[in-house]
Amino acid sequence: MATDTMILKETQRKDRATGRESQWKMIWRRFRQHRLALVSLWIVIGFYLIAIFAEFLAPYAPSHYNSRYTYAAPQGIHLFDTDEQGNWGFRPFVYGYTTEIDQAAMRRTFVLDPDVKHRVQFFIETEPYRLAGFIPMQHRLFGVAEPRAPFYVLGADRLGRDLLSRLIHGTRISLSIGLVGVVLSLFFGVLIGGFSGFYGGWFDSIVQRTIEFIRSLPTIPLWLGLAAAMPRDWGALQTYFAITIILSVVGWTELARVVRGRFLALRTEDFVVAAQLDGASDYRVIMRHMVPSFMSHIIAAATLAIPGMILAETALSFLGLGLQAPIVSWGTLLQEAQNIRTLASAPWLLLPGVVVVIVILAMNFLGDGLRDAADPYGR
Amino acid sequence: MLGFIISRLISMVLTIWAISLVAFAIIQLPPGDYLTTYVATLSASGDRVDPRVIEALREQYGLGQPFIVQYWKWVSGIVTAGDFGQSFEWGRPVTELIWGRLGNSILLEGLAVIVMWFVALPIGVYAAVNKYSLGDYLATIFGFLGLAIPNFLFALVLMYLGYAWFGVVMGGLFSPQFEGAHWSFARVLDFLSNAWAPVLVLATAGTAQLIRVMRANLLDELRKPYVTTARAKGLPEWRVILKYPVRVALNPLVSTIGWLLPTLVSSSVIVSVVMNLPTAGPMLLRSLTTQDMYLAGTLILLLGVLTVIGTLISDLILAWIDPRIRYGGE
Amino acid sequence: MPQIPMAAEGPLLTLDDLSIVFSSPDEADIVAVRQVDLTLRRGKTLALVGESGCGKSVTARAILRILDKSAAIPSGQIIFSPDDAEPVDIATLNPDSIAMRTIRGNRISMIFQEPMSSLSPVHTIGDQIDEMIILHERVTPKQARERTIALLDQVGIPGPRERADAYPFQLSGGLRQRAMIAMALSCNPDLLIADEPTTALDVTTQAQILDLLRQLQDDYGMAMLFITHDLGVVAEIADDVAVMYLGDVVEQGDVFDVFATPQHPYTRALMSSIPKMQRKAERERLQPIQGTVPSPKDRPQGCSFSSRCPVAFEPCAKVRPDPTRTGKQHRTRCHLIERELKPGEVIV
Repeated sequence: MATDTMILKETQRKDRATGRESQWKMIWRRFRQHRLALVSLWIVIGFYLIAIFAEFLAPYAPSHYNSRYTYAAPQGIHLFDTDEQGNWGFRPFVYGYTTEIDQAAMRRTFVLDPDVKHRVQFFIETEPYRLAGFIPMQHRLFGVAEPRAPFYVLGADRLGRDLLSRLIHGTRISLSIGLVGVVLSLFFGVLIGGFSGFYGGWFDSIVQRTIEFIRSLPTIPLWLGLAAAMPRDWGALQTYFAITIILSVVGWTELARVVRGRFLALRTEDFVVAAQLDGASDYRVIMRHMVPSFMSHIIAAATLAIPGMILAETALSFLGLGLQAPIVSWGTLLQEAQNIRTLASAPWLLLPGVVVVIVILAMNFLGDGLRDAADPYGR
Repeated sequence: MLGFIISRLISMVLTIWAISLVAFAIIQLPPGDYLTTYVATLSASGDRVDPRVIEALREQYGLGQPFIVQYWKWVSGIVTAGDFGQSFEWGRPVTELIWGRLGNSILLEGLAVIVMWFVALPIGVYAAVNKYSLGDYLATIFGFLGLAIPNFLFALVLMYLGYAWFGVVMGGLFSPQFEGAHWSFARVLDFLSNAWAPVLVLATAGTAQLIRVMRANLLDELRKPYVTTARAKGLPEWRVILKYPVRVALNPLVSTIGWLLPTLVSSSVIVSVVMNLPTAGPMLLRSLTTQDMYLAGTLILLLGVLTVIGTLISDLILAWIDPRIRYGGE
Repeated sequence: MPQIPMAAEGPLLTLDDLSIVFSSPDEADIVAVRQVDLTLRRGKTLALVGESGCGKSVTARAILRILDKSAAIPSGQIIFSPDDAEPVDIATLNPDSIAMRTIRGNRISMIFQEPMSSLSPVHTIGDQIDEMIILHERVTPKQARERTIALLDQVGIPGPRERADAYPFQLSGGLRQRAMIAMALSCNPDLLIADEPTTALDVTTQAQILDLLRQLQDDYGMAMLFITHDLGVVAEIADDVAVMYLGDVVEQGDVFDVFATPQHPYTRALMSSIPKMQRKAERERLQPIQGTVPSPKDRPQGCSFSSRCPVAFEPCAKVRPDPTRTGKQHRTRCHLIERELKPGEVIV
């Protein structure tokens, strides 16, 4: 294979010690040297695991509410305690609440009551649910034993719903919308960018102008306009996919640009010309010779595109034109934090924002690391 | 130079035309026609609707006719009479509603651009000249944070802190007593005392990006031989750096305005909603939720046009400061 | 402006035991130049010859103290003795000090290899030359511009008044290099350092630039340090020559001596790798030097050329040879010389 000989030649030239390593091994080796990117990789994997096992990890269903505990403050979890015999050990618990009336604001506030302790149990049995929508299960990772006891590790919202549970479920929606959006963008980006880069000519110039045009538009007004056109009576699934399509309207341009650039760079490379002279079909030249050599670049570019998608969804939902109420995403959660007076009494409503920042940072570092590693022969 | 300007102007006109198509398509997207909605809301509130008025409106906007016809009526109205259509929610022509709002938008965004440049330039130069120093690392961290924190979240946090620590409710651009007043020194002061927060929020992400671009550009330029030449002349080091590599690195930085502006306009929409600013943003959001489509379409069109004009200005500045473009070299 | 030949005694510039070290946080220090002695005579031309990466450019930049921050001069002196001032040791000056800046560009100036990228792309030629004059002399911008135009005329740029307002990208490579030369000469330097000034130019332009430099040297009476890898150019322009290999000056002396009787195996190898004009029958095969130049990190412990030397013998890889006199003002660093000299024998 032409690619194999090229890799071999390059490998020998650049790094004799490595010998015959596969391209992916070299990428991985370079990537591992990037500490921050490696840590970020684990963070991102962790969040996606949370997204997959959301129902099991969250103590409650996202819609579970208890109107007795509106805006209850975060309890936190205490991990160690003494048992009846006075032995100190790993015995997680949370404190209960007492209510006080704030005379000035004329409303109830919740204060942690150190006299009431609720045990936290692992693999607790709850009402049956389906993990990821199809695996029937009856246990959750943790929860409080007494069914009526309050359990708000990260606090409650205005309906007394558990913020932690909603955050975990929101992770699924927000992360997957980024992923689906990028897959969609990738499909169009690779298709259009590939054509445009491989064949050039008038098609290329039309595509280039289109990309320039879309990128010169302010995205939020455009997205808002498109999102506003969604019929209000659409169900959750329809809205979800409509949003991913709306985000991809802008998203494909960046990926198409990357793909086109790689195609243009590779089209004149010796191994591609050699394959063409050998009589290989366009399809074979592209799939066997060109795509493998820039796959890593595409993966890096796609990774870097995900955080933008997540931010966009968060912004749209925050403005109320993205995902709508029964769907839980980081954006819809943050919508609850819009009122500054609410926020002042329940600042924990901003926690979804902290999660957004962590995930966006991790994905940016991961993408940067991948991009640097994607070119194992460069530099 | 002249050829460059003409080609830019032509491409600007084409872009604006394309934006108008997109904006009008957005007007048309919601199902049903808005006149029907308008009549329905009027009847619901008990107003009597004169069928002749309705018919006149229907004729004026070409409702019920093909897309092209309606588009033509809309665009020709804008070009010939400056008539952007009717806001059904406000019951007034769109032109009467938007200009003050757009003016505020331009003011805020302009201030943000100025702040970005004034902050990002020295930091970027410092970070590049003192590569891998403590200051460089701090600038890099700031850059990553600035890019990762969504601006509406930053605005929320700022407002929360202002309220929790100082009991101040941030928001708006003017105190009530200056709301409708004419511009005076006191009003400017009042404006600044309100506007610093949104400008700060708007400028942060752009500043972070500009620092990154400036640092990378300058690092490239510092390696170039003409810097050595300048040093070999016997110039003091700071003059070498400021007069030569920084000057050259400014050129690509000016062209970054082209892609900074769309983001800036985007963020100003969302930040204005959060901070309740009297700019085009909240008006756009409201018009979209109430399906007041001529108003929405006009705002989308004008925000787009604003961006394109900003980009044109940055192109012209680039041509002005870069002789290679001015004389058509390269 | 022709000058009266100077009366001052002794060499203009002496490098004595000069070493230059590059340090980086991740890797071991790299000794780019080690214990180099060079002498530049007033009004004469010293050619510094060697392959790329041998340290010749680094040496030249050290004289102007325009090396990177990562470079240091751990040992040695650079004594500069202009006619009308006290000698100074440039190696001890702070690179950004006033003392150094009044020498740089004013007393010692430099022209570079890449006329394309060595001029600022966004300033006019005239601006860049004016700046140098105004910086070092008390003149008005107008006077400076008049002098710039005279200089441009002198270096053979046609239409100097218009060309002063031109940007570098509007000129050809040859004209740009002429402009560089005009800039370097603008303050009547005592020493002109030319770092491969003709390498990037085509052959006819090369010859013109060399002629120009020679003629200007006659007019101005300045000394010249000419850096090149082209032995043909050396023969044409130099009075003295020093051959560098991997940070060492392996052989130096009068250009006729060195060319007629090259002593160091590296110099000999360089000489025999130049094609000569001969009849086809008499032509010999060119003899390239075996192997490639190692990086300064992998420099042999002894003589730096020992890893490629065809006649290396027992001490070469271990012991670094000292410079040995092999003729009048002709010195060579090679064990071979020491061995061939019988004890007590002296070369005159």
